[in-house]
Amino acid sequence: YVWDANEEYLFKAMVAFAMRRYSSKNTTQISNVLLCNVTDRVSFWFVVTDSSKNVTTVSGSEVEAAIRMNRNRINSAFLLSDKTLQFLKITSTLSPPVEPSTPVWLIVFGVVLCLIVAGIVFLIAAGIQQRKKKNKESTERENLEEKGEVTVTVENGIPCETLDLKAGHINGVFAADDERYTSL
Amino acid sequence: AMEKSRPLWDNPLQFVFACISYAVGLGNVWRFPYLCQMYGGGGFLIPYFIMLIAEGMPLLYLELAVGQRMRQGSIGAWKIISPYLCGVGVASVVVSFFLSMYYNVINAWAFWYLFHSFQDPLPWATCPLNSNRTGYEEECEKTSSTQYFWYRQTLNISPSLEASGSVQWEQALCLTLAWLVVYLCILRGTEANGKGRGSGRRPAEPQREVVYVTASLPYCVLIIYLIRGLTLHGAVNGLVYMFTPKLEQLSNPKTWVSAATQIFFSLGLGFGSLIAFASYNEPSNNCERHAVIVSLINSTTSIFASIVTFSIYGFKATFNYESCINKVILLLMNAFDLEEGSLTADNLNEMKDYLMATHPQEYMQLLPQLKNCSLEAELDTAVQGTGLAFIVYSEAIKNMEVPQLYSVLYFVMLLMLGIGSMLGNTAAILTPLTDSRVIAARFPKEVISGVVCFINCMIGLIFTMEAGNYWFDIFNDYAATLSLLLIVLVETISVCYIYGIRRFEKDLHTMIGRKPNWYWKIMWAFVSPLLIISLFIFYLTDYILTGTLQYQAWDATQGQLVTKDYPGYALAVIGLLVAASTMCIPLGALVTFIRKRLKRENVSTV
Repeated sequence: YVWDANEEYLFKAMVAFAMRRYSSKNTTQISNVLLCNVTDRVSFWFVVTDSSKNVTTVSGSEVEAAIRMNRNRINSAFLLSDKTLQFLKITSTLSPPVEPSTPVWLIVFGVVLCLIVAGIVFLIAAGIQQRKKKNKESTERENLEEKGEVTVTVENGIPCETLDLKAGHINGVFAADDERYTSL
Repeated sequence: AMEKSRPLWDNPLQFVFACISYAVGLGNVWRFPYLCQMYGGGGFLIPYFIMLIAEGMPLLYLELAVGQRMRQGSIGAWKIISPYLCGVGVASVVVSFFLSMYYNVINAWAFWYLFHSFQDPLPWATCPLNSNRTGYEEECEKTSSTQYFWYRQTLNISPSLEASGSVQWEQALCLTLAWLVVYLCILRGTEANGKGRGSGRRPAEPQREVVYVTASLPYCVLIIYLIRGLTLHGAVNGLVYMFTPKLEQLSNPKTWVSAATQIFFSLGLGFGSLIAFASYNEPSNNCERHAVIVSLINSTTSIFASIVTFSIYGFKATFNYESCINKVILLLMNAFDLEEGSLTADNLNEMKDYLMATHPQEYMQLLPQLKNCSLEAELDTAVQGTGLAFIVYSEAIKNMEVPQLYSVLYFVMLLMLGIGSMLGNTAAILTPLTDSRVIAARFPKEVISGVVCFINCMIGLIFTMEAGNYWFDIFNDYAATLSLLLIVLVETISVCYIYGIRRFEKDLHTMIGRKPNWYWKIMWAFVSPLLIISLFIFYLTDYILTGTLQYQAWDATQGQLVTKDYPGYALAVIGLLVAASTMCIPLGALVTFIRKRLKRENVSTV
């Protein structure tokens, strides 16, 4: 929006409002606020006079305190913020970002940690179970072998069953393993 | 003697994915774009591809073929080639061990950033306030909020290496989590068939589902980032900057050395991981084709990642340039009380001249504060390594819309890349351990992996101290570089000249079904060893000429990095790192020689 006389009027009104709220006396009028040196940049000086005390200016610290108290009202009247409406010599206190009681990252960390630990425990348990099963089966096999009922055919130290799988080639000429063992 | 049946990959595709997952790592994302930028943009691709053909593909093929033929981890494989070479395998394992010590810290940092991505606004988007809430923290004011978050809130870095400080518990937690994740992934690894007595059942498979995920997810994220990156405002500036070839850089020897080094380390040669992976292959696997495929994919990924990185760079540089211009405009408008909107980016220069002419004194007063904003200068800030990954990218992310989503995606991708490489490293360490009958017979595989992970985690706590990042840089720069060059040199020479290139040819013929053609043989026998020797000589002369070694330390008072000299004990550690792995090779040969001598003497006395 364009800065014109109406906006200046609003500014005077806001400063008067701030002074009234701060000092709680209802004597400050819009005419008490004087603007000077208005430039194109929209920057100016202003003073607040006190009509009850013979047209003297109110001290700067009082005006500062009043404006500081009502800063956000003044900002929102002009649809501006602390960054876009600057009062020289009045530094704004910045609001800290909202901090939840437990940091968010710990929560996410906890969730991920539990998942990973659960996965590890599950896998170790599965591995132990598998090994127990294998031990049981191989002891059963050993018992059977002692009774001589099951023979594991072995070719060059490698069990034939694994040869049938991917590792190794079976030479077709000697593949007639059925005929090797004469039936009893 | 009964031969233990070795577990196998499910299909060749799994093996390729595992190699890709291992080879495509963080280096593709953060080192290659930096090199491209430093050494001539598009022109860097020329030495890069020449080196790929001259050393990358042949050496990769060599390692895969050795692993597939010998069907053992690195220690066993080199023992078979020649008993005097057992030191080479041990050196590989030692280097892998050093690497796994420090590499997982990167994953810890990625976890830290990932967990912090679930906040609005992102914690590195704004500076924290100082104690009386009138402004921002001093250190953060001097530098940017992303740098502050990295140096202060993540690392809590100390001003120098000597000031060690204490262990940061948050980082220690993240490191522990990273190691637990690695342990989980390698748990489903190879299981030795203990009894081997015709159990008949299919043996347990190597880490398979994991490699599918760790290999493909980074590509998905990179594609998302590519689309997002190219649509960002100012991305084109970065791309143009990257791809304009500055061909005069080709005459700089550093360009060629960097290209060779990058290819070498990017493929992960010499660690023993490739040998370990290939040892789980079927003997008839066509490793020649796989070597070509993996190296091509690795290089294409580097280029792809650098396109993404440069569009992000361009966005960040344009953003910074525009805010710099805006600051200057604001300053001038406030000083000279000009109307809002009279100064724009286009008429800034003319207005500056006009103001200098009309109000010379005030302008002179203002001059030191007026920064000369330049897009070129912003683009020129070349960053590599952790700086690129964690500072530059997080700075670009905080300026996008829905930054939390992109942040999560990005750090998940970093994690995938890092964990994929960690799996390869731990495979290089664990395969020889589980191959050796001494250890594998006594302890089950879970215990061995657990012990290795635990030891690494404990040592890794050093990197979580306040001075930890400086130690990290030491390990990153020196633990693997020289040793790997030597290891791969010895590997190539031993395969070509000790094992015999004719014998190797015949082995490949029995495995794949055809002999390697003249290109491979020339590369193996002459070109690659010569290249490695020249790289070696270059690095040594460089070190001798510059004299002392220096590092970058973060100065909190200035808000930027300063160069400092390494103290004596740090230099000793560096020397130890290099010596520990390189000495294994001659030591191994010596030990074997002594053992043989003793055996011969025993035999002769009998």
